Amino acid sequence: MKSTRFLAWLAIAVGAIYFIVPLIGTFEFSLRMRRGEYSFDAYHSVFSDIQFRSTFGFSMLMALFTIIFGMLLVVPTAYWVRLRLPKLRPVIEFITLLPLVIPAIVIVFGYLRLYNSSSFLPLTNSTSGTNMLLVFSYMTLSLPYMYRAVDTAMRMIDVATLTEAAESLGAKWPTIMFRCIFPNVMSGVLSGAFITFAIVMGEFTMAALLNRPAFGPYLQLVGANKAYEPSALAIIAFAITWLSMGLLQLVSRFQKTAPVKA
Amino acid sequence: MRPPHFRLNSFLSPNPLDDSRFMSQSALIDRRTVIDWLGIMPFMIFALLFLILPTLYLVGGAFLTPDGDFTFKNIADLFSPNIVSAYWISIKVSIASSLGGAVIGFFLAWAIVMGGVPSFVRSGLLTFSGVASNFAGVPLAFAFIATLGRTGLVTVLLRDLIGFNLYSTGFNLLSFLGLTITYMFFQIPLMVLILTPALDGMKREWREASEILGASTWQYWRMIALPILWPSLLGTTLLLFANAFGAIATAYALTGSSLNIVPILLYAQIRGDVLHNPNLGYALALGMIVITGLSNVLYIWLRSRAERWQK
Repeated sequence: MKSTRFLAWLAIAVGAIYFIVPLIGTFEFSLRMRRGEYSFDAYHSVFSDIQFRSTFGFSMLMALFTIIFGMLLVVPTAYWVRLRLPKLRPVIEFITLLPLVIPAIVIVFGYLRLYNSSSFLPLTNSTSGTNMLLVFSYMTLSLPYMYRAVDTAMRMIDVATLTEAAESLGAKWPTIMFRCIFPNVMSGVLSGAFITFAIVMGEFTMAALLNRPAFGPYLQLVGANKAYEPSALAIIAFAITWLSMGLLQLVSRFQKTAPVKA
Repeated sequence: MRPPHFRLNSFLSPNPLDDSRFMSQSALIDRRTVIDWLGIMPFMIFALLFLILPTLYLVGGAFLTPDGDFTFKNIADLFSPNIVSAYWISIKVSIASSLGGAVIGFFLAWAIVMGGVPSFVRSGLLTFSGVASNFAGVPLAFAFIATLGRTGLVTVLLRDLIGFNLYSTGFNLLSFLGLTITYMFFQIPLMVLILTPALDGMKREWREASEILGASTWQYWRMIALPILWPSLLGTTLLLFANAFGAIATAYALTGSSLNIVPILLYAQIRGDVLHNPNLGYALALGMIVITGLSNVLYIWLRSRAERWQK
């Protein structure tokens, strides 16, 4: 047993070194901008870069649209499948998992060929059309996570009873959807939203190939041209991921205790 | 967070699309069926337009000449040296990073489930894994350049403290080995996240029974634990493989276009038709789908085997 515990701590130590050293290394590097002393100059330079602000804002906006439209698509579908088409669940689940199977670069390659200027739906013709396509591509990327988060939350509530109760009180379907179902799966909606946010903020492939001024391609550009700013940006990106995941954990903890409180 | 915990057994059940037995019944039920199907139409249309059709377009294009005639030439052209070497490097990086991620991830998961470490270590590692498995792409490349690059922290410390010059050994971050080490940063946490529940599912009674029968720790692992765990282990490794195979942002930010891997080649092809044949680009994409698709199908199959023990 003693040797087991030793081995366990050894594994943890090796893992911790592997995970923590790059973070320390990145942070240390980001402080090196001023010669001979540590400073936050690299962060200062990043935050005062106008491109940083505009691309960051653009990606935030795209993330917001992705979350809103993604949830408007996923929640009613998951609800409807649970209520009326339970036999179809495996098919829907299979479709939602496809974005994990088909690489993102392949999906966006398909978009560029299918929605170019000579196609039936020439989305890439205009800026707003391309932005729409970007949001659709992010919805596709986050589909596996959104659907699973919402479906898990929906498993905990009895959709059939809720629907019948609402119907017998005279509710129409928008009321059922937005005042019964959505609030009850809020924990799932929020977890899906946070992970989507983390994915969209750093996403590179889709935005780069659709030529949109998003945060991911900006990161790549800075990485190719500057020395210390990339490390500062990596630390900022890590903080964003950490924040999203932290909020996600908080929400899922709330989800576990919710039925007890009710 | 990542792993799909869906039940696949149910997917093998009789075709859910077969609604023919409703057809003979009254028109009322018919109308209900129509409404039922209308409810999932938005989703189906979305999936068709932005997931299935784009993929099918590429798959179809892989078998066409630029003039639209059917051909196998694009597939045959995939076997030109440049493309074969791209696939080969991609496969090597994916295998190395998935095996490395699987082994280290397994030991970490084992340590927090069975190693008797305090529970804060477990929750800490799981939380960190959730973050790190999503910390990929461009920033990850920056982190490793700052650590193992020519002026990175570890490189400098090794040189100044013990006089060991990492780069004189032939090591280069912008290479096969460097890319593998970098990819493992998101591979290991993914393994931990998927494997921890599987190890949690190992019943204490199995261990106790084997000990009562006089088995050593080694015999317990060789004859009980590993036979039960191998579908999870192998399946998750395949998932990690597919995960690395499709990744591009990290590699692109790390190496620019100096490392010839399939996603980067495809990226260059989309940007500027470097292969001088658009349909060969489709074939390149088809090759990626086939490889990630196969490893996912195997993963799903192994997962359904693994679940037999977790009832």
